[in-house]
Amino acid sequence: MFDELSDLYQQVILDHCKKPRNFHELPGATVFAQGHNPLCGDQLKLYLRLEGDVIQEASFVGSGCCISKASASLLTDSVKGHTRAEVQAMFDKVHELVTTGKLNGDVGKLAVFAGVYRFPARVKCAILAWHALTAALKGEAAQPVSTETDNPQPGA
Amino acid sequence: MPGFAPAPQSPASPDWAAIRQDFPILNQQIHGHPLVYLDNAATSQKPRSVLDALRKYYEFDNANVHRGIHELSNRATAAYEAARTRAAVFFNARTPDEIIFTRGTTEGVNLVARSWGEKFIGKGDGILITEMEHHSNLVPWQMLAAKTGARLHFLPVQGDGGLLDLSRLEEQLSGVKLLALTHISNSLGTVNPVAEICALARKHGVTTLVDAAQSAGHRPVDVQEIGCDFLVASSHKMCGPTGFGMLYGRGEILEQTPPFHGGGEMIVTVSYESSTWKSGAHKFEAGTPDMSGAVGFHAAMDYLDQIGRERIARHDQQLGEYAYEQLSGLSGIRLFGPALGRAGLVSFLLPDVHAHDLVMLADQRGVALRGGHHCNQPLMHKLGVESTARASFYFYNTTSEIDTLVEVLKDIRKFFAD
Ligand SMILES: Cc1ncc(COP(=O)(O)O)c(C=O)c1O
Repeated sequence: MFDELSDLYQQVILDHCKKPRNFHELPGATVFAQGHNPLCGDQLKLYLRLEGDVIQEASFVGSGCCISKASASLLTDSVKGHTRAEVQAMFDKVHELVTTGKLNGDVGKLAVFAGVYRFPARVKCAILAWHALTAALKGEAAQPVSTETDNPQPGA
Repeated sequence: MPGFAPAPQSPASPDWAAIRQDFPILNQQIHGHPLVYLDNAATSQKPRSVLDALRKYYEFDNANVHRGIHELSNRATAAYEAARTRAAVFFNARTPDEIIFTRGTTEGVNLVARSWGEKFIGKGDGILITEMEHHSNLVPWQMLAAKTGARLHFLPVQGDGGLLDLSRLEEQLSGVKLLALTHISNSLGTVNPVAEICALARKHGVTTLVDAAQSAGHRPVDVQEIGCDFLVASSHKMCGPTGFGMLYGRGEILEQTPPFHGGGEMIVTVSYESSTWKSGAHKFEAGTPDMSGAVGFHAAMDYLDQIGRERIARHDQQLGEYAYEQLSGLSGIRLFGPALGRAGLVSFLLPDVHAHDLVMLADQRGVALRGGHHCNQPLMHKLGVESTARASFYFYNTTSEIDTLVEVLKDIRKFFAD
């Protein structure tokens, strides 16, 4: 029906956006961050429970398009059991994948995002959860991370 | 006013199919499907007569205005001023001096907020706007309020139905210096009773500004009938070129309003210490203006009047109501704005399909929609949505294009169904 878009909306992505995994708050979370895409109003909150250096649990809540939801869902599945350094390396690979289409090494199921780079308007959707993840790991939970490098001025 | 009476309208209903042929851009395929352009509230397409006017201006008449004594400069000046006269007729201003050319609606609002607002609005004064304003008729007032200590108040929108709650208008007008509101909501399709609202505001001595961005190209807009002090519009939404627009200001009020930008064209005498400036519209037009924009805008107004704005309005309304009716047949769809008496645009949400996914899939079938907050973030927030999808029509659209939209939406639902 929309065959030209099957690269973008792969079956795995459709599955995760219709039935997002780990889609709940995480009462035992040790770190947390918010992601915001002001262009489409997408909001998500990402929760992580770390023990030492290892992510034991990850979950998210929020609203967004199919790509951003699937991305968050697959992220929470993929980071479990990994260290901060491993997850950072994963972020770098995913970032390269969704912006250039190049896959450097193994990213497991996340390879389904290989088609995103051909749709520049959707790169932000795919990367939103990952920005929230790096912010959470850096402990920048107080300020929502934004897909726009804006300069919020209070007041006006 | 000299020479620019609108062309007489033919009495019969216009041949809309023939009119559509005036728009070369519409005749193309997108992703292998005929283009169905339903993003007219963002910008309209341009008829050949406007494109020809722009080309002719640059091929034969281009020079700077108000400066030269040579032939081309005279022609450019005459063309620029003829556009002002034409706009005065189009909007029924009392004189061309009440028409200031701008870069568009946004610049018009900012001009009023800065020039008039900073002189006449003070600490504690009320600025009343509505909850459905486009960011361009909200943010400048927030900035003015922050600068002057004025207070911003809102006329509420009543839920998804999208009508203004005017029950407390009289009460809300007390202590207010300025009322600024949109004629037609770009996200709800609501048509506000601006004449009645302005009459009440006038009774209370409140200055009024009407945002006609969505109405000026879609129905007759008569500043005297509306009775507003200021009115703003954008050429690009009414068949004219981009980056151009107009601000109407009632003569007496413009007299009292200081200039906006300083520079060439707006002055009478300049010494190193100080300057004096022109009166009327020229006081607000510093620097070399957009001459070609004025010429294109002139051609666009001629074009619209040739079809007839009453007819455009009726056609718009028919398309809007047809779309509303057809879309409401989709189970679970959430429609925004009034069912009847609406403008030619419909905002909607399908359950479980995000507006961005929807717009992208529709594009694959040649249907151009808008998805997002439509520069109405606070309103979206109030309605409890992040974004909506919007189909907005113009006179070159057809009911069969709306049928295509509905078919495509059904397919999009199947695509995302479990
Ligand atoms: C109701 C309304 N007001 C103002 C604007 C701003 O117009 P412009 O961007 O041409 O200045 C728009 C355009 O989107 C609009 O729909």
